[in-house]
Amino acid sequence: MTPEEIENKKQEIASDISTNKVMLYMKGNKQAPMCGFSAQVIQILTHLGAEFETKDVLSDEGLRQAIKEFSDWPTIPQLYINGEFIGGCDITTEMFQNGELKTLISS
Amino acid sequence: MGDRYQRIMSILTETFSPALLELVDESQLHRGHHGHTGRDETHFFVTIASGLFSGQSSVACHRMVNAALKGELDSGLHALRIVVKRD
Repeated sequence: MTPEEIENKKQEIASDISTNKVMLYMKGNKQAPMCGFSAQVIQILTHLGAEFETKDVLSDEGLRQAIKEFSDWPTIPQLYINGEFIGGCDITTEMFQNGELKTLISS
Repeated sequence: MGDRYQRIMSILTETFSPALLELVDESQLHRGHHGHTGRDETHFFVTIASGLFSGQSSVACHRMVNAALKGELDSGLHALRIVVKRD
């Protein structure tokens, strides 16, 4: 993966998170999450009735590297809402439980 | 407990002087996926409380823990569940 390729992926991320109100970088896809943490975030977003887009880092090594650098966050999944980094599975779960996530999604 | 368990405990203790620190090796739960054997110290769950977290957002606290453990994350620590306890 060249630095240029990573840079291009970061631009793609910047575009994705500005175009999609709720954007999830995950392992696998909505129908077939490939990791329990990604599956949990999908479950929460679905439960809240959120419309969201996903991208699969397992099928795109450049994206996997780029999203970690872009967010300065070492693990997947990563959730963005309104263009802002929310966190991974733990923070998403915490914000679901305290109601903040619902508020953000319906804002 | 394995080497990585001991290293994580000592790094977090030194970095955060935690009032509470619990570390669970959850690698066994992930045996089989991505070739993990369940004995390879790849998945951990940390619960931590520290005065250093007061006034910080969840994301900021998680970033602090991730930064402290960057060496581990770069050398085979695959997943880290984090619960930060704040007053």
